[in-house]
Parts: sequence; C-alpha cells; structure tokens
Amino acid sequence: MTHLTNFELFLLLSALKVAVVLVITLLGVAYTVLLERKLLARIQNRWGPCRVGPFGLLQPLVDGAKSFLKEDMNPLAVERPLFILAPILALGCALISVAVVPFGAVTRVDGVDLFQIANVNIGLLVILGITSIGVYGIALSGWSSNNKYSLLGSLRSTAQVVSYELALGLSLVGVVLRAQSLNLRTIVSSQSAHGALSWNIFGGFQTVAFFIYLMAAYAETNRAPFDLPEAENELVAGYHTEYSSMKFAMFFMAEYANMITVSCVATLLFLGGASSPFGHIFDGFLRTPVLNAIFPVCWFVAKVFAFLALYIWVRGTLPRFRYDQLMSFGWKFLLPLAMANIIVTSFVLAMRG
Amino acid sequence: MQLALFIIFGGLALVGALNLLFQRHPIHSALSLVVVMMSLAVLYWSLGAEFLAAAQVIVYSGAIMVLFVFVIMLLNAGKEERTRGSRAAYAVGFPGAAAIFCLLSFVFLSERGALMTSNIGGDLSNAVDNIAQVSAMLFTRQLLPFEVTSVLILVAILGAVVLARKEQ
Repeated sequence: MTHLTNFELFLLLSALKVAVVLVITLLGVAYTVLLERKLLARIQNRWGPCRVGPFGLLQPLVDGAKSFLKEDMNPLAVERPLFILAPILALGCALISVAVVPFGAVTRVDGVDLFQIANVNIGLLVILGITSIGVYGIALSGWSSNNKYSLLGSLRSTAQVVSYELALGLSLVGVVLRAQSLNLRTIVSSQSAHGALSWNIFGGFQTVAFFIYLMAAYAETNRAPFDLPEAENELVAGYHTEYSSMKFAMFFMAEYANMITVSCVATLLFLGGASSPFGHIFDGFLRTPVLNAIFPVCWFVAKVFAFLALYIWVRGTLPRFRYDQLMSFGWKFLLPLAMANIIVTSFVLAMRG
Repeated sequence: MQLALFIIFGGLALVGALNLLFQRHPIHSALSLVVVMMSLAVLYWSLGAEFLAAAQVIVYSGAIMVLFVFVIMLLNAGKEERTRGSRAAYAVGFPGAAAIFCLLSFVFLSERGALMTSNIGGDLSNAVDNIAQVSAMLFTRQLLPFEVTSVLILVAILGAVVLARKEQ
C-alpha cells in the first residue's frame, strides 16, 4: 500500500467502513423487525412469520421486495417537496448517528480504527444532536400530508420527543460526570476495569439514570408504551397515514434504526460497550489478535440484542399511556428524578475528590 | 480540507439565508433557517469549536426551531402577502445595512494583522478537549455573567409558566 498517501488510505478505509456499517445496520433493521414479530407472536401464543424460508428467516427480504413493488401514491393536496423530504430526513438522521458508535475494541490497521467510523471528542453530543434533528422528519411529514390525523399525530409526536429529550439528555449527565469526557471511547474505557462490576448500571451507581434513560428512550423512538403518535385506534396511523410504498418503508426503517441507535447508546453508556462482562479474567485464553478483535464485537452485539429484546418484551406487555399521563410522567417525574441523580452523582464525585 | 468545508457550508448558509427571505410560506422560511443554523454549526466545528457546534445543533436546530415549526403548524399559518414595503423600511433599512457592512469591514480590516496568525482548526487533531477549556472559563473567570444569565433564563421560564396557567 505504498503508492497511496495517508490521506487517500484514510479516505478509502473510511468509505469502506461506512459501506459495511450501513449494510450491517440495514440488515439489523430488517431482522429486528422479524425478531419483533417472532417474539410478539410467542408472547401472544402464536407462531409469527414461518412460511418464507426456514423459521420465516427470509420474511424481511420478501417484505422489502413487496414495498418496492407497491404503487407509490402521492395524494394531490400534499406539500410536494416536504412530503418527499420528510421520510428521507427521518431515515437519514436515524442512520447517521451510528457513525460515532464504537462497536469493538480499539483495533488499528494502518492508523485507521477498524471498529468506529469517526472518533470525535463530542460523540455523545453528536448523537443527541442528530436525534433532535430527526424530529423534523415526523413534524414535516404530518404537516405536509394535509391530513388531520397526520397533523395530530405529528404534533403529539413532536411535543413528546421534545419533552423527553430533556430527561434523556439529563440522564446521561451522571455518566459523563463519571467518565469526565463526552468521547464515547473514553466513556467505555471508564467502565472496563472490573468487568460487569464497573459498568455504570451496577458499579457506577447510575442505575436510576439507566431507568430514566430506558423510559425516555422508549418515548424518543415512539415505541410502546409511549407509541401515541401512531395510536391506530385514535389516529388511523399517525404521521405516516398518507405514505405508501417505499416512503412508508423509510419511516418504518427509521423507527427500527432509531431503536438500534438507542440500544447502542445504552450499551455504550451503561453496559460497558464492547468490553466483556468478565473483565480481564479470560484474557489469557484469547491471545491471538484476530480473536482479540472479534470477541468485543460479539459482546457489543449481544448487549444491543438484549436491549432490543427488552424493547419488544415491553411492547408485548404494557398498555399505552394516555397523552396527559405521558406529559406529566415526563415533566413531573422523570425530569426531577434526572436532576436529583445529577446532584447526587456530582456530590459523591466531589466528596471522593 | 478546511477551505473546501468553508466554501461549501458558507455558501449553503448564504443560500439558506436568502431562501429564508424569499420564501413566501412561513414553514419554508423556518426550514431555511434550520439549514443556516446547521451550516453555521459545521463552520464552528471546522474552526475547532466542537462544543459550540454541538450546542448550536442541539439548542437552535433541535429545540428552538422545532418549536418555531411546531407553532407554525399549530396556527396553520398561510402564505404571507407581498406588499411593496413601507417607506420607513426603505428609508432606514438600506442605510442601516450599509452602516453595518461598513462597521464590520472596518473591524476586519483594522484587525487584519491578527486574522492570519491564529491557529485555526488546530484543536481538530483531538489534542485538546475544548469542552474542558470552555467549562473552566465559564465557571471561573466568567462565573458572574454565567450565573446572571441562568437567573435571567429562570425568570423567563417562570414568566412563561405564569402566562400559560389557567385562571383559577
């Protein structure tokens, strides 16, 4: 690789990383949908998709093909440019935030980190910022559809996301205080000393913050029990009532991509990221560089998967909130609790010097 | 690299600002303002002020402009009407704009010596964590203005709550 300059090499490897991560994320999205349908079916004592391929494993591909082949209807009275922009914005924002997630141990090839697309100092803030931009996708889709159900759904959704963003952001402050950095790598390495015992959820005593994050994240991604924006018995289908074919599929994928992002952040901030729950006990068994690189990725995927399963379990179990309950829960319970958590955490940290 | 970023996003900010003025529908104007904010954030980042960039995106594009769009959607504001403009606006506007342009170019020209010497973008090498620097500055030397600003915001919040409360 001598005939390439450093910059060209960096560019090539980055493009390769982006392509690989994008494909894996989209596959992850497709199979999260299948996982959800299967798990929900089991919870409700049914089979779930089982006709296409072994155990219904090819179902996501067939579903994708179906939405591609469906007629793409554009109602006449819509605000054309925004109507098209909205799903792109929703899906784009959902996929971009994966760029700063470190999903493995630091593994450098020619000075380029293999398991993270971009290592930025403010990784956490980048994720929060991109999430907050994603609101426009929902808001604009509802408004540009020129449909009262869409508008109501998107207004509800925007209000909900903006309110829960506060609790979400504040719940992360305790973790940041502990790691003294917003860099996701540093936050992960601050929890890697004694395996599961030093994860923020256990040894870091950020358990309360984790539960605040959990609830705020469910609300942020518009998932049950906070799935008011698409409450079908009140709003037809909420903000994407007028969308069909691929545009609807983009909203659908954005929802699941957001779930994956939120699970990644939970894994990084509270569950020790790509580090093993056993700490350094089994380090002696895998001395080869390849195994050293692969095992952390497996841990990361396992943790994200567990978090997604929890998501689906909650959806299969809990009934939906009423709108005023949702607002008062967010503002009067989660927000003060998150602030109390910040105060206690910073007090303890200050006492310990 | 930095020059390319500056040209692209400076241009985008300008186009967004012009679009903001020329669009007739309030929601399009609001969205152009979002584009301006985002391009400004990228410019901040390319200058090495990463925390400022993140704050710009989260606070302005993510919160304030969302509320703008929200209100426009709620009120269902229609297209604005075009008028010839008031005479006062012409009388004050053009000289005012010219005065601001002169003032800015005077400042830049008189400080020309300092412009090229500062190491812009030096922090991008991840060598210095500029959040630590910003917070150290805010909580030591700028503590009084910082606290006064936060009290001001608190007063504004209380005012909003009082205005929004139903009459008993």
